[in-house]
Amino acid sequence: MSSTDARYRPRDAGANPPLDHPDYGSTRTRHPKQPPVPLEHTLSEVTGPGPALADVLPEDADLTTNAGTGAEAMGERIIVTGRVVDEDGTPQPNTLVEIWQCNAAGRYIHEGDQHPAPIDPNFIGRGRCLTDEDGTYRFLTIKPGAYPWRNHPNAWRPAHIHFSLFGPALVTRLITQMYFPGDPLHELDPIMGSIPREHWHRLIGDYDHSITQEEWALGYRFDIVLRGPDATPFEAGGAGALA
Amino acid sequence: MSATEPTPELLPQTPSQTVGPFFHYALTEEPIDRLDPDGQAGQAIVVHGTVRDGAGDLVCDAMIEVWQADGGGRYRHPADGRSADVPSSFIGFGRVATAKETGQFAVATVMPGTVPGRDGTVQAPHLNVQIFARGLLSHLHTRIYFEGAAANDADPVLAGIPPERRHTLLARPDGEQDGLPRYRFDVVLQGEDETVFFDA
Repeated sequence: MSSTDARYRPRDAGANPPLDHPDYGSTRTRHPKQPPVPLEHTLSEVTGPGPALADVLPEDADLTTNAGTGAEAMGERIIVTGRVVDEDGTPQPNTLVEIWQCNAAGRYIHEGDQHPAPIDPNFIGRGRCLTDEDGTYRFLTIKPGAYPWRNHPNAWRPAHIHFSLFGPALVTRLITQMYFPGDPLHELDPIMGSIPREHWHRLIGDYDHSITQEEWALGYRFDIVLRGPDATPFEAGGAGALA
Repeated sequence: MSATEPTPELLPQTPSQTVGPFFHYALTEEPIDRLDPDGQAGQAIVVHGTVRDGAGDLVCDAMIEVWQADGGGRYRHPADGRSADVPSSFIGFGRVATAKETGQFAVATVMPGTVPGRDGTVQAPHLNVQIFARGLLSHLHTRIYFEGAAANDADPVLAGIPPERRHTLLARPDGEQDGLPRYRFDVVLQGEDETVFFDA
């Protein structure tokens, strides 16, 4: 077989954040100083765990009730949905999407978050689902609040939801954040500011009235684009070998 | 246009953002730290280590993911034509956090076999490793090789690393744990003995 001839397109260096970003203080002692060593893709990089990770229950996608307390989480109910595709627009079905977020008051249940906002006992702030045949995922959750952090004086993170995806290969692994449109904190956030402003729209979900459900929940669309294959595998079956 | 220029009609990649400090309950509360529960995939080993920053401090809020071949050098993935021969209980994926108190991470796994490389080459046994943490706006990508493995000398990736940095990719024998051979691999994010990270 010759599928090790396959490779993925490079990371988009212009749109991805640098490892050293002084405005975000935690990068200071954590960014490697040596340049990364280029690695030609082999079977090690064009394979990955994504296709084998599928242990998900339907209720895992409902963060308003998946605390399992029998009561609903407090806050503004929202639907967050979108498609996971690659750079060629090819849907990425059966992709594990994991999310985590703070509650409506801006508090994580994590022991490391001790700022004085209430904890919601009916909200655990994590969820997961698989994309369908069309690459679509869908979560029901609560709009997260902004919260303070100690990066700089009067620092507040804009409301955001963390997204973790695997995709078809090791090199399509992505952890990112979805932000909400119209948030004045975007301008002040050094984590958003780590990527050029012209790329911010790729991280901001769109309010979509067609997703909003009457008397139930507002709707946001957040599409995610993973790296695409740079060459078609040369064995019989073509691109299917990497799908 | 050269092969390295972006093709205009492609959709733009979604940028990476940091995992932040609060991922644990979503991603590692149930760690995946036993990769071969049925003991079918190869020689059992334990790989453990720490992550340190440029100040020499333990990074106690990192997440480590490993992806590896089984003892036969086969990946559980459709792009590996030999995946049908991988024992059904072995996915080859692990995900753990560094411990809050000790900064340690550990996975019980198997010694991977040699893996095909490009152009007919053979890659020495290795774990593919991705590292996430607060302060990392994009995750880091490295490999864990095993000190003393005969195949290291011919490994095309190791051969491309300056000799004075090659040791940062080698796990060292470190006694036994639960009767299994144990290897130690410490990640250094910055500074002296900085781990080699790859642009993969």
